[in-house]
Amino acid sequence: MVTFTLNGKELEVKEGTTILEVAREQGINIPTLCYHEEMSAYGACRLCLVEVVKRGWPSIQPACLYPAQNGIEVNTDTERVRKSRKILLELYLARSPDSQAIIDIAKEYGVRDTRFKLKESERSECILCGLCVRACAEISKRHAISFAHRGSKRMIQTPFAELADTCVGCQACAFVCPTGVIKIDEAD
Amino acid sequence: MEQEITTRVKPISAPADMAAMKEQCKAALERRKICFRVCAGTACIAGGSLDVYEELKNQIQQRGIDVNVELLFEGGETEAGASTSGCHGFCQMGPLVRVEPQGTFYNKVKVDDVPNIISATLEEQGVVEELLFENQDGTRATTEKEVPFYAGQKRIVLGGCGTINPEDIRNYFAVDGYQALAKCLREMSPEDVVEEVKKSGLRGRGGGGFPAGRKWESAAKAIGRPKYIICNADEGDPGAFMDRSLIEGNPQSVIEGMIISAYGVGAKYGVVYVRAEYPLAVTRLFKAIDQARDYGLLGNNIMGTGFDFDIEVFQGAGAFVCGESSALRASIEGLPGEPTAKYDHATDKGLWEKPTVLNNVETFANVPIIINKGADWYASMGTDNSKGTKVFSLVGNIVNTGLIEVEMGTTLRKIIFDIGGGIPDGKKFKAVQTGGPSGGCLPADKLDMPVDFDQLKEAGSMMGSGGMIVMDEGACVVNVAKYFIEFCNDESCGKCISCRDGSAALLDILDRICEGEGREEDLETMEDLCHCIDDASMCGLGTSLPNPVLSTLQYFRDEYLAHIKDKNCPAKVCKPLFTYEVITDNCKMCGLCFRNCPSDAVIWKKKEVAEIIQDKCVKCGICKEVCKFGAVE
Ligand SMILES: Cc1cc2nc3c(=O)[nH]c(=O)nc-3n(C[C@H](O)[C@H](O)[C@H](O)COP(=O)(O)O)c2cc1C
Ligand code: FES
Repeated sequence: MVTFTLNGKELEVKEGTTILEVAREQGINIPTLCYHEEMSAYGACRLCLVEVVKRGWPSIQPACLYPAQNGIEVNTDTERVRKSRKILLELYLARSPDSQAIIDIAKEYGVRDTRFKLKESERSECILCGLCVRACAEISKRHAISFAHRGSKRMIQTPFAELADTCVGCQACAFVCPTGVIKIDEAD
Repeated sequence: MEQEITTRVKPISAPADMAAMKEQCKAALERRKICFRVCAGTACIAGGSLDVYEELKNQIQQRGIDVNVELLFEGGETEAGASTSGCHGFCQMGPLVRVEPQGTFYNKVKVDDVPNIISATLEEQGVVEELLFENQDGTRATTEKEVPFYAGQKRIVLGGCGTINPEDIRNYFAVDGYQALAKCLREMSPEDVVEEVKKSGLRGRGGGGFPAGRKWESAAKAIGRPKYIICNADEGDPGAFMDRSLIEGNPQSVIEGMIISAYGVGAKYGVVYVRAEYPLAVTRLFKAIDQARDYGLLGNNIMGTGFDFDIEVFQGAGAFVCGESSALRASIEGLPGEPTAKYDHATDKGLWEKPTVLNNVETFANVPIIINKGADWYASMGTDNSKGTKVFSLVGNIVNTGLIEVEMGTTLRKIIFDIGGGIPDGKKFKAVQTGGPSGGCLPADKLDMPVDFDQLKEAGSMMGSGGMIVMDEGACVVNVAKYFIEFCNDESCGKCISCRDGSAALLDILDRICEGEGREEDLETMEDLCHCIDDASMCGLGTSLPNPVLSTLQYFRDEYLAHIKDKNCPAKVCKPLFTYEVITDNCKMCGLCFRNCPSDAVIWKKKEVAEIIQDKCVKCGICKEVCKFGAVE
C-alpha cells in the first residue's frame, strides 16, 4: 500500500494504482481521450495531465500512467494544469474542428475557438489516441491495425495499407473510437 | 591485419601482464623511425585523404622502403610507415597528414604534394613550408600544438583520435590502453570503481548530464539479473559528429569504458547502439571488438580473472528519437522506436526489464582516463558541478570548423574566437546555437558565459550532446527557429499531440511571420504553446523542442517584431520582407549588376544609374554581391 494526497485529501491505495484510477474512484473528474479501463493505458492524448509534487519538485504528469507513490502530492485542477489542457484543446480543435466529442470537451474548458492552424494534410478526425489499435490487439487479439510513420505523418494503418486478413470485422475499433471517425463498411 | 593479429595473439592471462604489453607495443611503435599519419576521418576521406594515403604508400614502396605497419611491429628494418588514423578534429583543413616522431603537421594535402613531403622528410630532414598551417599573422605552425585551434583545447578524451591507429589495438596498448581495466581488476573492488567514478563528478555527455557514478551505483545495487550496459551512439543531431569521431578515432577507449562499467555494476552483456548511417564507425567498432576478444579483454574470463562480459553491436535505423533512452530500449527489443513512459528506473528495470546502465559514447570514453589518473585529478578540471572536459562539434559561420575538446567552464568567446578563429569574411557574430536541434540560441552578450551544464540551462539552452552552431549577422533568427522546429516536427514520433501537432502549429506561425503575415499576438501565442508543449509531452524531444523558439524570443524579440510590425527581415533572409535598392550616390554606373542579374530585373544604360524593378527581382542577392562600390543594399 502507498499513501499520498490527492487534491488535499490523504489516501491509501494499492501499489501500482494509477492516479487516474484513484481519481475516478473518488469521483474526481479528469478528462481523457485515449483511456479505456478495459485496455492498457497509452498516454497519447495528454488531456489527463495533473500536477505532481514529489520531494518538493512540482511536475506535470499523465494521470492515466502515473502510479501513486508514497508521499507525493497530486492536484488535478491547478492553474498550470488548466492552462495546458486548454491549449491542448485548442490543438485538438485545430486538428479535428468538426468532431463533436472534441467540441464538447473544449466547451467544458471554455475553449470555443483555436488560435492554431494546421495544414490540410495535418487535420483529421482521427486524433491518434490509439484506442482502436489497442482494442484490436488486446480485446479482439487480431493485431490488424497499427501506427505508421512519424511526426505529422503518423496515421493508423493496416499492414501494407490493405484490408488485413486477420480482421474479422468485429468492429471493436469503431466502438472505442472517441471521435467516431472509424466507419465500418458492412459489405466487407 | 586482423588475421595476423588472430594468428599471433596470446590473450592477456592476468591484469599484471598489461604493463609488459604496453612496453612491448610502445617499443614497437618507437622502432618505427618515421611514420606518416593520414587522417581517415569522414571529412578528410571526403577531401581525398585515402588517395593521399595510397599515393604515400605507393611512392614509399617505389623507393624501396617497406611500409607495412604490421611488419614494423615486429621490429623490422623499415624506416617509414604510412598509417591511417582517426579524426584529428580540424576538419575543414583536411586532408591532414602528420609526420612522426617529428610531429610535423600538414594540412590541405593533395596527392601532388606527396613527393615533396617524402623528400622533405626522408632526404632533406626538413618540412614542406607551404603545407604547414598558416597563422593569421602569416607565420607558420610546424606542429599541431602551435596551431591556435589546438592550443586552446584540452584534448583528453580526443587525445587518441588522430594519434593512434584505431584499427590496431596494440596502438591503444602503447598509450596506456587497458591499463585502467587492469588496474580495476587487479586492485579495485567493483564498489571502488563505482566510488571512483562518483568522486570524479563525471556527468553523462549524451544530453541530460546525469551523474554517471550515481547511475552505476543504482545499477550495482539492483537485484535483477542479468544486468546490461548500453552505449548510446545514436547521435541523431544534425551537424553533430562527436560520437562518430570518437568511435572512428579511438573505439577501444569506449569499449574499455564499457568493460569497466560492467565490472563496477556486475553486468554480463553490453550493447553498442550505433546508427547504421555511420558505416566507418560500425566497421571500426566490429574490428575493435574482435581484437579485444582476441586479447581476452572481452568474453569469458577477462584477463584471466573470471570476470565475463561481452559486447554486441546493434545498428539502429537512425531516427533522432531512437536516441532517447526508452525508445532506444524499445528499438533493441524489436518494438517500435517510440518513447514510453517509464516510472521505474532503468537501473532497476531497463532493457528486457533488467537493470541497465545507459551512457553516451563520450561518457564511457572518459572512464579509463578517470581510473588511470584518479578521480581527484579529473575533478580538478571544470566548474563546481561540471567536471572534466567536453567535446563539441563546432560548425556554421566560423573560421575553424571541427571537433574540439575544452575544459568545462571555458567561455563561449574563447571557444568561438580563439579556438574557432572567429567569424569569417569580416562579418559580425550574431548567435550560437548549442545543444542540438532542441537547444537554444545565445546572443553576443552571453559570449563571456562559462560553458557548463548548469550555465547553459540557465541561459535557456542546454549542453545536449555538444553541437555548437555559430551564426553570423547574415542569419535570421526567426528562420533559424523555423528550421529547428521543422526538424523536431519531422523527427517527433507522433505519439503526444503536444509534440506532434504542437510543433506543426508552431511551424505554421513561424512560416507566417517569415512570409510577412505575422501578427503581434503571435509572440504570446507561441509562448503559451511552448509552455504547453514542454509540460505536456512525454519525452525529452517534446519537452526541449520549444527551446529554439523561447530562446530567440527572449534574446532577439526585436527581430521578430521587425518581421511582424515593420514587415522587414533585418538579415535579408525572408524574401517577402526585404528589397534590394540601388543607392544612387554610390553607383558608379558600371553595369555589373545589370549583366549579372539572372532575372532581368535591373535596368541600366551606359552613364546611367542602375535601377531594380521590384516586380521582377527574385532577391537572389547577386547584384549586391557583385557590386564593388556598395551601391546595392
Ligand atoms: C530526443 C532525444 C534524443 C537523444 N539522442 C541521444 C543520442 O543520440 N545520444 C545520446 O547519447 N543520448 C541521447 N539522448 C539522451 C538519452 O536519452 C540518455 O539520456 C543518454 O544516452 C544517457 O547517457 P549519458 O548519461 O551518458 O548522457 C537523447 C534524448 C532525447 C530526448
Ligand atoms: S488519458 Fe492519459 S494521456 Fe490520454
